[in-house]
Amino acid sequence: MTGEFAFRGVVRTAAAVLVVAALLALGSLLPASNPLSVSPFVVTLAGKYLAYAMLALAVDLVWGFVGILTLGHAAFFALGGYAMGMYLVREIGARGVYGNPDLPDFMVFLSWKSLPWYWWGSDHVLVAAVLVLAVPGALAALFGWLAFRSRVGGVYLSIITQALTYALMLAFFQNGLGFGGNNGLTDFKDVLGFDLHQPGTRAGLLIISALVLAGAMLATRALVGGRFGRLLIAVRDAQSRTRFLGYRPDQVKLLVWVASALIAAVGGALYVLQVGIINPGEFAPANSIESVIWVAVGGRGTLSGAVIGAVLVNLGKTLFTAWLPELWLYGLGALFIATTLFLPQGLVGLGRHINRRRDEVTPEVTRPAGDAA
Amino acid sequence: MSGEALLELRGVSVTFDGFRAINDLSLSLRQGEMRAIVGPNGAGKTTMMDIITGKTRPDTGVVRFAGHDLTKRDEAAIARLGIGRKFQKPTVFEALSVRDNLLLSLKGLRSPFALLLARETAEEAGRIDALLGITRLAPHARVQAGGLSHGQKQWLEIGMLLGQEPQLLLVDEPVAGMTDAETMATADLLRDINRTRSVVVVEHDMEFVRALGVGVTVLHEGSVLAEGALEAVSADPRVIDVYLGR
Repeated sequence: MTGEFAFRGVVRTAAAVLVVAALLALGSLLPASNPLSVSPFVVTLAGKYLAYAMLALAVDLVWGFVGILTLGHAAFFALGGYAMGMYLVREIGARGVYGNPDLPDFMVFLSWKSLPWYWWGSDHVLVAAVLVLAVPGALAALFGWLAFRSRVGGVYLSIITQALTYALMLAFFQNGLGFGGNNGLTDFKDVLGFDLHQPGTRAGLLIISALVLAGAMLATRALVGGRFGRLLIAVRDAQSRTRFLGYRPDQVKLLVWVASALIAAVGGALYVLQVGIINPGEFAPANSIESVIWVAVGGRGTLSGAVIGAVLVNLGKTLFTAWLPELWLYGLGALFIATTLFLPQGLVGLGRHINRRRDEVTPEVTRPAGDAA
Repeated sequence: MSGEALLELRGVSVTFDGFRAINDLSLSLRQGEMRAIVGPNGAGKTTMMDIITGKTRPDTGVVRFAGHDLTKRDEAAIARLGIGRKFQKPTVFEALSVRDNLLLSLKGLRSPFALLLARETAEEAGRIDALLGITRLAPHARVQAGGLSHGQKQWLEIGMLLGQEPQLLLVDEPVAGMTDAETMATADLLRDINRTRSVVVVEHDMEFVRALGVGVTVLHEGSVLAEGALEAVSADPRVIDVYLGR
């Protein structure tokens, strides 16, 4: 079966993401009287889904292809978001409630006199861009190096990833840490001089999100499609066999783990740009678990399934919580159970199954005669 | 350079939770030799393999291979020195095709960064084709390894060992679960491999050991009980005692 490595669906899904994002962005620029007009709310919502899709892609890369069931990936997403949030807070400048040109509002409120050292440079967009990648990347590298070197795996590793994101959540709730405590970072005004509340800016951010997501999908596809991807599957299914062949699975996992954290971090940065707030709640363990559900629903180990699952489940969440808010968590739980029981390969797996059944009607009739061996 | 020890274990002991799995074991294998290791369950055969391949560290003793101290190296480093290991239960990459299993086994690229950019070369394709021929798996090259029969998986794993081009092969119960015909074909294959490489075979099946026609080491309670030709060893009263469980 060569299908596992073809990933034809990835290109199609990436193209669909781009087309839908472009249509929504264009629609939002039409006057409200036009029947094809799209409300800015929908544009922001779509941008949020695409940011979540980045997180799902990151989870699928480690869970689907190297078998690391991460239950803490939202930590990297939130750290990327905070790094972007720091830059956006600094761009507010003297337009804050307190009108202090040097300090963000929450620091003035806490009677701080100067910026903590780790905020230096956060007003430069390039520094912010580096921080978005470097902080989650460094944390992932340290965590992965320690965990994989000690051969921690399976459910133990899952539990440690939960602990990691939970510890970060508690830390970020502290006012003294210097990231706005439980309020987090918000009230952003503009990015690179573009007003974040203008429909044009929002449309642009949606397009950028779609381009970044499509790029990340093609990059991960290249990563898992070649010989390296076969080694990932080998490590996932028979780790000790790879060791006795002379490979070092800890190095392989570390490389993919860090790459995955970087994808999640970029997703977090895009999220904050469009949603306009980042607070410690983003580190909540439930967020990481939800991202695993998105991947399971869409189809683990397919890349396109991660994106489809993230968008569909979040769309469902938006509709469901408006309709029957108190029942959403039950609905999500039921969805996960139903997927596990009836669709082990998710929606993408279901689609492939249907395609295969359709394609193989004739061969199945003729095969047994020639295939006695 | 026949006659010189390729693999040497001297005074090796290892204890798990107070249980002495290997007890002052000494064993030496010449370059180019094939040796069968037999012994009842719990004699320490698999633990000995674990020690040689770096999975288990001995508490005391010397383990040397071609001049290298193996007790200071991990599994990957030992594999790269030229020791290949076949597990008792056939262990192949079931989700990958037979061909991809062999591709990953080929001696050469081992760094994950090198693999990122690697493309299969014509030389590699030739090596894979040769391995497919040796293991009689050419018709199944594109099949997922998980779909092979038990005996075919055993052969694929041996093929992967050969892909590593090791100097020494450690083969743990290669014919368990095989038909008689497959067992004899496997004996032929191992004898063939032994023309260019040293081999250690752990096996219960005495017919198979007889077919190999090689020197036998009997392990019991973690140390060597007897060593020599199969006829001499099986006539040894201590060996008979151990096997009859007296």
